[in-house]
Amino acid sequence: MNESMEAEIARICETHGRSRTRMLEITREVQSHLGCIPAKAMTLIARELSIPRVEVEGFVSFYAFLSDRPPGRHVIRLCNCAVDRMLGFERIAELFQEELGIGLGETTQDGFVTLESTPCSGMCDQAPSALVDDVVVTDLSREKVRDILRELRVHGDPRQLVHRQGDGNNAHELVQAMVHNNIRMEGPLLLTPLNRGEAISKALGMSPTEVIRVLKAARLLGRGGAGFPTGMKWEFCRDADGEKKYVLCNADEGEPGTFKDRVLLTEMPDRIFAGMTVAGYAVGAEEGIVYLRGEYAYLRRFLNSVLDRRRGDGLLGKDILPDHTSKPFNFDIRIEMGAGAYVCGEETALISSLEGFRGDPKNRPPFPAQKGYLGYPSIVNNVETFCCVAKILEVGAATFSELGTAHSSGTKLLSVSGDCRRPGVFEVEFGITLRELLELAAGEDAVAVQVGGPSGQLVGPESFDRKIGFEDLATGGSIMVFGPGRNILEIVHSFVEFFEEESCGYCTPCRVGNVLLKQTLERIMEGRGEPEDIELMETVSRTMKAASRCGLGQTASNPVTSSLASFRGKYEALLSTAREGRRRAFDLDAAVAEAAVVANREPARSHN
Amino acid sequence: MSDRITFSIDGVRVKAHPDHTIMEAADEVGIYIPRLCHMPGLSPHGSCRLCTVMVNGRPTPACTQPVADGMMVESDTPAVLEHRKVLIEMLFVEGNHFCMFCERSGNCELQAMAYRFGIAAPRFPYIFPKRDLDASHPHVFFDRNRCITCARCVRASQELDGKHVFGFVGRGPHKRLAFNSEGPLAETDLEVTDKALDACPVGALLRKGEGYKVPIGERLYDHEPIGSEIEARKAAT
Repeated sequence: MNESMEAEIARICETHGRSRTRMLEITREVQSHLGCIPAKAMTLIARELSIPRVEVEGFVSFYAFLSDRPPGRHVIRLCNCAVDRMLGFERIAELFQEELGIGLGETTQDGFVTLESTPCSGMCDQAPSALVDDVVVTDLSREKVRDILRELRVHGDPRQLVHRQGDGNNAHELVQAMVHNNIRMEGPLLLTPLNRGEAISKALGMSPTEVIRVLKAARLLGRGGAGFPTGMKWEFCRDADGEKKYVLCNADEGEPGTFKDRVLLTEMPDRIFAGMTVAGYAVGAEEGIVYLRGEYAYLRRFLNSVLDRRRGDGLLGKDILPDHTSKPFNFDIRIEMGAGAYVCGEETALISSLEGFRGDPKNRPPFPAQKGYLGYPSIVNNVETFCCVAKILEVGAATFSELGTAHSSGTKLLSVSGDCRRPGVFEVEFGITLRELLELAAGEDAVAVQVGGPSGQLVGPESFDRKIGFEDLATGGSIMVFGPGRNILEIVHSFVEFFEEESCGYCTPCRVGNVLLKQTLERIMEGRGEPEDIELMETVSRTMKAASRCGLGQTASNPVTSSLASFRGKYEALLSTAREGRRRAFDLDAAVAEAAVVANREPARSHN
Repeated sequence: MSDRITFSIDGVRVKAHPDHTIMEAADEVGIYIPRLCHMPGLSPHGSCRLCTVMVNGRPTPACTQPVADGMMVESDTPAVLEHRKVLIEMLFVEGNHFCMFCERSGNCELQAMAYRFGIAAPRFPYIFPKRDLDASHPHVFFDRNRCITCARCVRASQELDGKHVFGFVGRGPHKRLAFNSEGPLAETDLEVTDKALDACPVGALLRKGEGYKVPIGERLYDHEPIGSEIEARKAAT
């Protein structure tokens, strides 16, 4: 057995050139062969790659989709994000547990299924959803859950669970997913048909610096959420010294409530790849990598087929569109799969992950444009940003920037989900008010909206006339709608829990702060909170925001601070002051419980 | 030297080597910026965040940020000091730090830092995590309860000992120090003479048989607060 494991791992590592930069691939393949990555396998991988074993263990333990313990034949991951929770996660989770006779995180005795929960898997507009191995199942109902388990027992093939395929390319023979695009509003820019070579041929007709000038003229700001000027980022990279350069596409769409990149990847891959190719030309790179989140594994074969087709059409590879340029231009793209770590959507963490390390963000400076992937100047842009780039080349900077506001030009894809009758993807002009958006999505009853996902802001009706845009309500695309009767604190709790789980743990404020916020919030929700607890949460939040190392920690307290700003009353209603000399937070019964067992007597109750 | 740049820390003009970080430049002129994960001779890590200063109004770790001409650094402001206090308190409640019987007491940087900041007890509730220890090595003892994941041993083993004894596994609150073996610490190539053992700022990595060797009154921080050795440079100039 060990001999075959040894041979197997040697073969897998060999296929990937024994390169640490293929760790994501190597570990994924080892896991698919062995079911997991046991301790012995880590030693073997380390030996093959000539790296310390502890770093392989560190890597495997970092990513939620990698495991050192054997799971069942199938792993079912239930999406537990705030929207799924509102739309039936509890009910569905209970049913799975009942039918399988196990709890979350457990495996059935016969090794049939391991049941887990997972943060947002990008299907909020068709929630509740789950992943059965790599296959996405959506709109789960009691009947559907029973059917899934029954069928899985019979044929054991998750792909056969898809009886009716979704719209558009979801029905493509290489996708065959039950996922729906739910495109509710086709905008003028991104969700429009394209000529596959147009953006590239136009770019090649200019000098690289001219291409960057066009992006600046279009005033394009990064669509991932931070809104950094794309042209400036590219210019830094172009001007940086480097033997080679890299173009990285952030397709690790992990912000809960965001799924617009999934729709772009499904319907507009050519525009994404065209944008990346233009980037290669502009910054002087010959290699591009798409970092695709593990949850979107079902799109991989399709995306690779699009890349193949583009190579065949002379739009990728050696000597791209030779008639349009005097100097040969080479550029190619490969896809790397993430493995379940939200923090890898942070650009420097994404780079660490691609390099074969734990997805820890890096210290800045140096910035990726100076020293990025493997130390080479690199740009990291969001899927939608690359689409915008292609569109700007297609229609010109003036047409692009005619739309939107003075500060935020163009359109934005928004993923709207939750308590609305028309959840899905909307391409809107920047400057649209939240109220207008809620009307489009038929969510007029909203009492609260989370703009920009958990790392964004929770706003109430008094803010519904505010505008979507980098100058007002910034968002990477996530809009979660909460209707009357929703428990605000439960929503905040789900976000806080999410950040606690997804923190990389590198820096103190994020690693500890999230735990403190969660514990304090839970105490308040249990009715054991005191007025000082609000102050405590504000203190912790201030330090997390100021002292955390990356955007995750700097924004992780936003659910708490923004809900305290908009819904302070919801907290205060649960607080009370304890009798003099007592702390309500202190549970004497719980504190002496262990001693009571040792002493074999019941503690006296009601000390509080 | 004419190639020096000038910047300011808390209004004091400081001349610095352009390749230096804010912390290195501050150390040189005797301005102490508190730190736990940083150790001279090791590459900066930027994880404890205690050295957070305001650079032109933005919070930045002094241990990783290179100096620049005209930079305005604020280190001694109520807001910055408050962040540092919160971070120290976070480190205390995150682990199980029993100073009263820890053999590093008096020589412990975390404890000394709390004293320097006048922290008698953390304002946050203790998390009381359940953590294990590893006494497998004949000469070394590791107690995870006191580990603050500063990575000083990780870096020292790599950069000073030319080994790879330590690393991290898990993430978020579950991130923990691990050893480069399938088994316990004894199965690594750690030797009692390794510099990695001297790098631990707290009582997590200890040599066996040396406990309480230094009598109270003669320990590193018994008389002067942590950072005094750096501040003494200022007095000297």
